[in-house]
Amino acid sequence: MSAASPPAADAPLLVVDDLAVTINGASVVDGVSLSLRRGRVLALVGESGCGKSLTALSILGLLPKAARRVRGRVTLDGQDLTALDERALARVRGDQASVIFQEPVASLNPLMRVGDQVAEALRLHRGLTGEEARREAVAMLTRVGIPDAERRAEAYPFELSGGMCQRVMIAAALVCQPKLLIADEPTTALDVTVQAQILGLMHGLRAEAGATILLITHDMGVVAEMADDVAVMYGGRIVESGPVEELFADPAHPYTRLLLATIPRLDGRRKEHLRTIEGVVPTADQWPDGCRFRSRCPLAADICSRTPPLEPVRSAVRRAACWRTAEAAALA
Amino acid sequence: MTEPLLQVRDLRVHFPLRGRGGVVKAVDGVSFNVPAGRTVALVGESGCGKSTTAYAILGLEPATSGEVRFDGRDITRLDRAGRRALAGDMQIVFQDPSAALDPKMTIADSIGEPLAIQGWKSAAAARRVFAVMDLVGLPASFAGRTPNALSGGQRQRVVIARALALSPRLLVLDEPVSALDVSIRSQILNLLMNLQAELGLAYLFISHDLSVVRHIADEILVMYLGTIAERGLTDPVFAAPTHPYTEALLSAIPLPDPVAQRRRRRIVLTGDLPSPLAIPPGCPFATRCPLAQPRCVEVRPVLAPSPSGQAACLVRIPAADPDAATRAAQR
Repeated sequence: MSAASPPAADAPLLVVDDLAVTINGASVVDGVSLSLRRGRVLALVGESGCGKSLTALSILGLLPKAARRVRGRVTLDGQDLTALDERALARVRGDQASVIFQEPVASLNPLMRVGDQVAEALRLHRGLTGEEARREAVAMLTRVGIPDAERRAEAYPFELSGGMCQRVMIAAALVCQPKLLIADEPTTALDVTVQAQILGLMHGLRAEAGATILLITHDMGVVAEMADDVAVMYGGRIVESGPVEELFADPAHPYTRLLLATIPRLDGRRKEHLRTIEGVVPTADQWPDGCRFRSRCPLAADICSRTPPLEPVRSAVRRAACWRTAEAAALA
Repeated sequence: MTEPLLQVRDLRVHFPLRGRGGVVKAVDGVSFNVPAGRTVALVGESGCGKSTTAYAILGLEPATSGEVRFDGRDITRLDRAGRRALAGDMQIVFQDPSAALDPKMTIADSIGEPLAIQGWKSAAAARRVFAVMDLVGLPASFAGRTPNALSGGQRQRVVIARALALSPRLLVLDEPVSALDVSIRSQILNLLMNLQAELGLAYLFISHDLSVVRHIADEILVMYLGTIAERGLTDPVFAAPTHPYTEALLSAIPLPDPVAQRRRRRIVLTGDLPSPLAIPPGCPFATRCPLAQPRCVEVRPVLAPSPSGQAACLVRIPAADPDAATRAAQR
């Protein structure tokens, strides 16, 4: 553990402050600030290319080679992660904060027994011996709902289903009881009944262990089910944030309103034309000046060529970056 | 009475495993119709056989047994020439538009390829290419571009235009919006609904996304491990499903509404799908079913009339017991 000054108990566990990332000079994350309190689930939601995954990867210094953090600070439990070198970061990963990825099968080592993959973090971060680590790994595999874990621990990833592999990933991520779990599209590659199992498991971990989760997803249903708070991203920026129920009940940003309106609903009118968002997401080197959504926004006006600040809207706990939130209510 | 455009009767697609002596029964006795101008959806999770069913209908996968009829004609086992002639009537749109297009071909050449194969003259083909581009909402200026200059949604429009070039009567749509971003999905779904209304197309719509299926389909077939668990018109099946698998599937979809979602009771299934090599002899769903009785493990249920259409469940529909069905027939 680091020797940083002990933070107050109610201080946020994770603070991302003014994060900016570029790929070949193009702005892919621009001025993202987040704050995540202990025991809460914050969903970072948006479509492909919105910068949600790059934001998450930046936190633990896992950006791909082509991407560069050009600005911003990340603080975990009072410790400035952006000041750490790679060796120090490696000590944080898997211990104080863990990531689970979308493709469980691709993220596990195909040549290593799954029990060993869970035990690895214990040996690395907790200095446990082989047998102790193995015992704890099997206990963890049981906790994430793997039946007959003693035997399954000996299996290789290819011998397990996708849902089982995702449980192994979650077990490996949680075995050192990290303060923060970053889940990047954790159920996107899974079938819906298996997704329900994994979401149930994450609920359970939260209730039992008070896990703090940063959830990255494009699925508004998963957000509605899992999140306490939501930050909606478009074009590398947060366009709206707030508590999940308030935000879904009355989205303030035109993008959020339209995005929710495009989804076919189980209680909607069948065969009716769905709302659409016209046009396509521009590539990162072709954002318009000012608001990056304005090239697709039905409310776009002259003022939108100036970048709108993320400011309080509707209530004290909500923010939106839009000049025209007053008009947005009429959109959808 | 007019015959349905597509009729599938007791279709089976089995894959023998080389050397190991086993057989994977990917599709194991599936029957349904697709009437002209209607949308029938095949839904289910990976491994349920929905895509293999579609491939067998198109002749991309040989049927082990059973029959497929198009417009009254048996098309189960056609030779190459027969398949080529059928291409004018039946086309497929795949999930990933990027994989379905040749990155080196221009949009116009991709869309015109089926016309070239059918021997269209180039002037007529060019006119047809621009006509279908217009139909799917692609500007004529895209004709000379290659797929990498297009977004995912635009590429899927190209794939749909290519499928429409020969004026087919049936489109098989294999997860047509699953690879697309949320904001693009509704554009493509609207396009598909418009095209159906304008051209009277029939759709066989394959999807794992029940919200999408509910929106677009007239009839729904829920598949599980190669068989149909439940079928019926979309409204009754979604309002009150009969089969416990359909129930579980519907309850598993997270609703994009935090208040409603947190009030819902979810049926969480335990366990995974059994291996396709070791499908249980009784009801294929019995290993995960919350209602399973000892008899379900032994007896394979048959589809029998249910309040929402037809369902193959011994617990909910006593007539789904093949012995009961036999006894009823004897009486």
